Amino acid sequence: MAPTGAVAPTSSVRRGRLAGLRRALAPVSEARGLPKWVLYAGLVIVLGFAVMAIFAPLISPYHFDQYLNSHGQRFPKSGAPSGAHPFGTNIMQTDVLSHIVYGSRTALEVVVIAVVISMLVGVPLGLFSGYYGGALDRVLVLIMDAMFAFPSLLLAILIAFLLRGQFTFLGAAFSGIMSAAISITVIYIPQYFRVIRNSVISVREEVYVEAARVLGAKPRTVISRYVFGNVVQNVPVIATLNAADALLTLAGLGFLGYGVQPTQAAEWGYDLQRALGEASGGVWWTSVYPGLAIVLLVAGLTLVGESLNDLLNPVLRRRQLLPVDPKAMAAEDEKVAG
Amino acid sequence: MARSSGSLPRYLATRIALVIPMVWILLTVVFILMRVAPGDPVQASLGGRAPAAVIEKQRHELGFDRPLIVQYGDYLGGVLHGDFGESTSSNRTVTSVITHEGAATLELTFAAMLFALLVGLTLGVIIGRFRDTPLDVAGRLFGILTYAAPVFWVGILFQLLFVAKLHWLPSSGQADVLQDLRLHDNAHTNIYLVDAIINGDWDGFRNVCVHLVLPGLTLGLLVCGVFIRLVRVNVIQTLKHDYIEAARARGISERRVVLRHAFRNALVPVVTVVGLQAALLLSGAVLTETTFNWPGIGQALIRYLNNRDYVMVQGIVTVFALIVVAVSLIIDIVTALIDPRVRYS
Repeated sequence: MAPTGAVAPTSSVRRGRLAGLRRALAPVSEARGLPKWVLYAGLVIVLGFAVMAIFAPLISPYHFDQYLNSHGQRFPKSGAPSGAHPFGTNIMQTDVLSHIVYGSRTALEVVVIAVVISMLVGVPLGLFSGYYGGALDRVLVLIMDAMFAFPSLLLAILIAFLLRGQFTFLGAAFSGIMSAAISITVIYIPQYFRVIRNSVISVREEVYVEAARVLGAKPRTVISRYVFGNVVQNVPVIATLNAADALLTLAGLGFLGYGVQPTQAAEWGYDLQRALGEASGGVWWTSVYPGLAIVLLVAGLTLVGESLNDLLNPVLRRRQLLPVDPKAMAAEDEKVAG
Repeated sequence: MARSSGSLPRYLATRIALVIPMVWILLTVVFILMRVAPGDPVQASLGGRAPAAVIEKQRHELGFDRPLIVQYGDYLGGVLHGDFGESTSSNRTVTSVITHEGAATLELTFAAMLFALLVGLTLGVIIGRFRDTPLDVAGRLFGILTYAAPVFWVGILFQLLFVAKLHWLPSSGQADVLQDLRLHDNAHTNIYLVDAIINGDWDGFRNVCVHLVLPGLTLGLLVCGVFIRLVRVNVIQTLKHDYIEAARARGISERRVVLRHAFRNALVPVVTVVGLQAALLLSGAVLTETTFNWPGIGQALIRYLNNRDYVMVQGIVTVFALIVVAVSLIIDIVTALIDPRVRYS
């Protein structure tokens, strides 16, 4: 990220800690043409799924683990789409459409918890590590780099394996969601840490931060008032992109049998695992629909994240006035790579 | 990475020296995950409801009743000697799993990487050059879709189309039973494609190739999305440089400017990211192997996890960690060789 803090030190002082965020978001409201429509398309998809998740019991034709109809008859096993079951039924004799609707609830719960926790851990760690530097910083960077380099799904599988049954005090349904969320959290902490730390390091050297220090501001004040506001602009982009990735990780965990358990909630990845055996036999409705749900939601989140990145990132923005800064490009590459 | 090194040998020495703390930290993370994290490994491996005596016995057999620091030293010592442990659920060593199942995974990931590089680089350059045109939109949409679609779902779709509907390709396995047995008995490298060539077994070679198409394509699509996005961004950024303007001013054709001047420089970050994709490939391989019943190391890991074979899981994860470190080292060295800026920075 470019050290945008240099642009308006005085306004940062005047408008408090969110000034950076507000200033950074200005290009979004100024956006015209294609990037704007991409952003809106993504937002519409994500909001659609959110509505589906919140009102799942009202929208869904059946409950996700319901296998009897109102006459007390069992649903057909892997029944083709019909009037009673527009998306068909799966091998567990439940309704595919209901699993899609309730699955969005599971997905959103897990993703929101995972993103919030990894943000709450990663951002402060990055702030302090970048601001204070020293031995603690070096150790943290090494640990985070090691975790970042490790295959993320494997890390999540291992954590999920170890966390199994650890959250039973939260109740059966929520324990699965919590352990899936924590397993996913571990993957994303290093990303927040890296991005925040790197931008803190460049912001730390800005004249207005030095001025604050010279005036006798405590490190806590400097971090919260001057540094935080100027690095927080990175967070929305990472958060949306991470949310998309987290969703895929959740589905991967479910597909391998290490995600939310089928008795706890409907989960698209697990549904796909059960559908796998039927695919070469030509049963398509049990796999196509849950997969489409994942693709749509991930694509929606990615569209939002990417267009935010395009709009907020001074290096990529079309109306470019500043000369290209190689340091910012390196940071950008890192972010794209992440 | 290189703080003040100006020369290539010095940079390489620094970089190689950095491997030691990296390996040490990764091994420590693996150890901590497996021993100290909540969820007792022995209890987990026995299903949680085993009687206390049984747990104690197993604990003793695995050496888990010794002080943590002793176990830690033992683990690090074993890894240093190339001894990753022996399975508790079968009479195989981790090393034998690495050489056999690992070879199958190598075959799969190689095919996937080849496909991803070919398609990803081509599409990335094209849509980067024609930024904000319908071509760019279509290309980016393709990139987003390949990223957004879970690997295993893409695999299932391929099975629905090419196996169930068209009957063109096999749905699972690395080779048909007959060819599989023949290649297994005449193994040199354990990599079926290579073995088939060495043996002059063209029937087997064809059979393995046919089995490789769907898994390779599936895993390749996953990685190719990353390349498309990355190459696009880098081509856009590179095209803004002054030297591109200068090349255009000299009257060099646009085609040549993009392909010879911009593309080459846009490739440097791609090399770095290829290294990062090793981790993505390993994750994707676990899912792809499960989807196509490919007898690779990812499927082995899941199998041993399900069997709660604790030593095997730790051994395989350790090897994964070492692979990641090795790949990132190789990539850094290659980057330093092709881009002088890295070693003089």
